[in-house]
Amino acid sequence: MDDKTLIARRVALELKDGDLVNLGIGLPTMVAQYLPPGIDVSFQSENGIVGMQALPAGVSPSADLTDAGGAPIGALPGAFAFDSAMSFGLIRGGHLDITVLGGLQVDELGQLANWMVPGKMVPGMGGAMDLVSGAKRVIVAMTHTAKGAPKILKRCTLPLTSIRSVDLIVTEMAVIRTTPEGLVLSEVAPGVSVDQVLAATQAHLIVPDDVSVMAVAA
Amino acid sequence: MIGGFMGCGSPHGLIDELVRQGKKDLTVIANDTARPGVGIGKLISAKLVKKVVASHIGTNPETQAQMIAGSLEVDLVPQGTLAERVRAAGFGLGAIVTPTGVGTVVEDGKRTIDIDGRTFLVELPISADFALVNAKRADYRGNLSYAFTARNFNPLIAMAAEVVIAEAEDIVPVGAIDPDSVVTPHVVVDYLVPQEKKNG
Repeated sequence: MDDKTLIARRVALELKDGDLVNLGIGLPTMVAQYLPPGIDVSFQSENGIVGMQALPAGVSPSADLTDAGGAPIGALPGAFAFDSAMSFGLIRGGHLDITVLGGLQVDELGQLANWMVPGKMVPGMGGAMDLVSGAKRVIVAMTHTAKGAPKILKRCTLPLTSIRSVDLIVTEMAVIRTTPEGLVLSEVAPGVSVDQVLAATQAHLIVPDDVSVMAVAA
Repeated sequence: MIGGFMGCGSPHGLIDELVRQGKKDLTVIANDTARPGVGIGKLISAKLVKKVVASHIGTNPETQAQMIAGSLEVDLVPQGTLAERVRAAGFGLGAIVTPTGVGTVVEDGKRTIDIDGRTFLVELPISADFALVNAKRADYRGNLSYAFTARNFNPLIAMAAEVVIAEAEDIVPVGAIDPDSVVTPHVVVDYLVPQEKKNG
């Protein structure tokens, strides 16, 4: 299993029946493929739909129905479409249960930086600042390091997405919870030791006695 | 202001006409600049834009290149804040206050306000001379309805500009759109343009 699949499968276990969920473009989008059976989740795409699904095989794409990356999608029965003000009303207004986003850096305060690298890459924040500020629960799904360098730091060096702390960080090495006391290492990936996680992390991690092995969705 | 999200729901005929006429030094307010050669990306490629107000430009390397070269000014606004600032202009509000962006670079130069123990940014309305809207259906009076995610910013910008030009895929007789299905009322639409049908 490659790293991104492992992360997506672990994040999928966080989704609960009845949740309204927004998945970011890229790795987070993969989470939808691994939804545990019997769990009924509504997926929002911030460009204006709740009830999106991957474009079913054999269905021709519509120019009027895309995800936030511009790729064609399908709409499930019961889906509803809306404008951008409504879309962010759902996000900011406390109606969105979970947002899953990628990350460039997360720090000991649980603060996320994921929208620009000054002087190098300025894609813009899109909906990320609203999602992190407004969703009930924020999950960061990202690789643990970038070219060997830790992404979980004492303090973010890149511009923050929000001052609000995220709730959970899921990487190919570990699951880390944010708490008022700091970052807590709650799970390690199969075959990964606690020491390996600590070595790949700049931030201080609180290591409880009962660090479990990461479970993943089928 | 131009509707659309990554080209979906953009008024492609109107954009092509702006390129054909070479209307330059434009300030474009939109969610994004799509990709090179797609939707608003065509205006960027043709170097007709001097300023972009958008939430995301990452999918268009030409926007980033022109920004770095200094020929294009880019004002990045969080997507939900952009929607509300446009809505505020169209709905006659003096500002909106939002938690989004508090404590980030988005706060720079802005006022904050504390309400019931929470801090919010004061974000000002954004209006424009023209709104270029894309609709699925219009009647001859200019009532508009939209399809799926092609709606996005279109109903918001239709309220927030001096002159509203709507391009519609289908233009139908007055009364053919159920009143409950009209999203943008004809009273705000100034001009209606049929979308060019693509053969095949």
